[in-house]
Amino acid sequence: MITARNWRETPQRYRLEAAKCTKCDTIAFPPRIICPECRNREFEKTTLASQGTIETFTVVRVGPSNFVDEVPYAVAVIKLDDGVQLTAQVVDADFDELKIGARVEAEFRKVSQEGAAGILFYGYKFVLAH
Amino acid sequence: MRDVAIIGIGMNKWGELWESRIRDLYVESALAAMDDAGVDHVDSMYVGCMSGGLFVGQEHIGALMADYLGQAPVPATRVESACASGGAAVRLGFMEVASGMSDIVLVGGVEKMTDVDGGGATYALATAADQEYEAFHGVTFPALYAMMARAHMAKFGTTREQLAQVAVKNHENGSKNPKAQFPFKVTLEQVINSTAVADPLCLLDCSPVTDGAAAIVLASVETAKRLGKHQIVKITGSGQASASIAYHSRRDLTFLSSTEKAAQAACKMAGCTPSDVDLFEVHDCFSIAEIMVIEALGLVEPGKGGPATMAGATAIGGEFPVNASGGLKAKGHPVGATGVAQVIELTEQLRGDAGARQVKNARKGLAQNMGGTGASATVHILEVE
Repeated sequence: MITARNWRETPQRYRLEAAKCTKCDTIAFPPRIICPECRNREFEKTTLASQGTIETFTVVRVGPSNFVDEVPYAVAVIKLDDGVQLTAQVVDADFDELKIGARVEAEFRKVSQEGAAGILFYGYKFVLAH
Repeated sequence: MRDVAIIGIGMNKWGELWESRIRDLYVESALAAMDDAGVDHVDSMYVGCMSGGLFVGQEHIGALMADYLGQAPVPATRVESACASGGAAVRLGFMEVASGMSDIVLVGGVEKMTDVDGGGATYALATAADQEYEAFHGVTFPALYAMMARAHMAKFGTTREQLAQVAVKNHENGSKNPKAQFPFKVTLEQVINSTAVADPLCLLDCSPVTDGAAAIVLASVETAKRLGKHQIVKITGSGQASASIAYHSRRDLTFLSSTEKAAQAACKMAGCTPSDVDLFEVHDCFSIAEIMVIEALGLVEPGKGGPATMAGATAIGGEFPVNASGGLKAKGHPVGATGVAQVIELTEQLRGDAGARQVKNARKGLAQNMGGTGASATVHILEVE
């Protein structure tokens, strides 16, 4: 069920919800059941920082079957201001504007679609911060 | 634990093998390995295969292969650790013989990748990443390794030419390997000017999509001596480690920690260090990967992999020859078979049977196989008596 599989990721993908370990403050994104750092099992809900910095990036010129119509597009590992790293597309920028260290901010966008009915999947993409 | 010997090896010529079904690929290689060993039956089987389901719509690979190899009812299990499936299968076979549970174990690996188109293959391979938090965003495996390359270049000054030299060197070696998918040489200019796949990586930085299989027969040293067909090549060390499934969760985006840990475990078991080893087969799925693997193995300091490659340290005849077989780049990369084929190359080298690509005085070899962006790694050390 592609709808359920994506629906259950909604808090993370739509609202950047994460889980903060009550013992060592490690932020797990997506939320986890056990802390990878201290193995504590208690977390409190938190929301990730919406701005961050490009740690590394590439321009995808040969895409997987569900993104073949999107190429070329840029993807990056982004370190958010709270220290959490994630992978996302960086959009609305010329590729030569992208560089390691560039400041970016999250926006809510369509990410992909799937199936004959073209079910849309939404989530975060990043744009250069101004 | 008792000592474990490699008593038989077999692999078919790799490539785009349109006429062959996945079961044929496997059985040809497995029979070659059993013939090489001089055995007509085995006690148990492990088959490395990353994604029979996505590539050919076939799961339950272990039983299928036991059936078509004429070995049913022996226990037969498919092993999956993405592109490290073959290395993980070798480790399980090693453990089963070392423990005394079985005397003769057949370890194979297979992947049939050309029944899907390029987009389908890219999709299937991307399932080795975090499906919901990497692949969901359109990340591909070339893209993940391209991000490693860019981070490595920014941190250490690794150059485009140094990346390309990995492919040039591996194609030079592969041109001497009759089993290789692409047994021809390429130039630095050809690599750098090949089609862009994920910047800064181009087509000739990437290992290919391949149909192929590989198989080895493992046995106790007593059985190896009784059969007496070959010099005794033993597996003296086995290590495996894991790391975060998502590349973005690594603390250091330019270091392959699972490879370092797997190598430490294998070396501890074998009672040696990587610098004692005469030749290496490593997981050069992309040019940057080989540079980062030789750094993780401790053959060079972090950041020095590119200059060492450019200086010829990794060539046959160099200080520490890497991928004399041609590596994944030239030999091909049927993902489930790769880790087994690395052990085959080392066995041929240690037997002195590697022909034009023979590394002189090869007594000890190391195979490093890696899954995903390094979420899995296996390392095996082989020695000839």
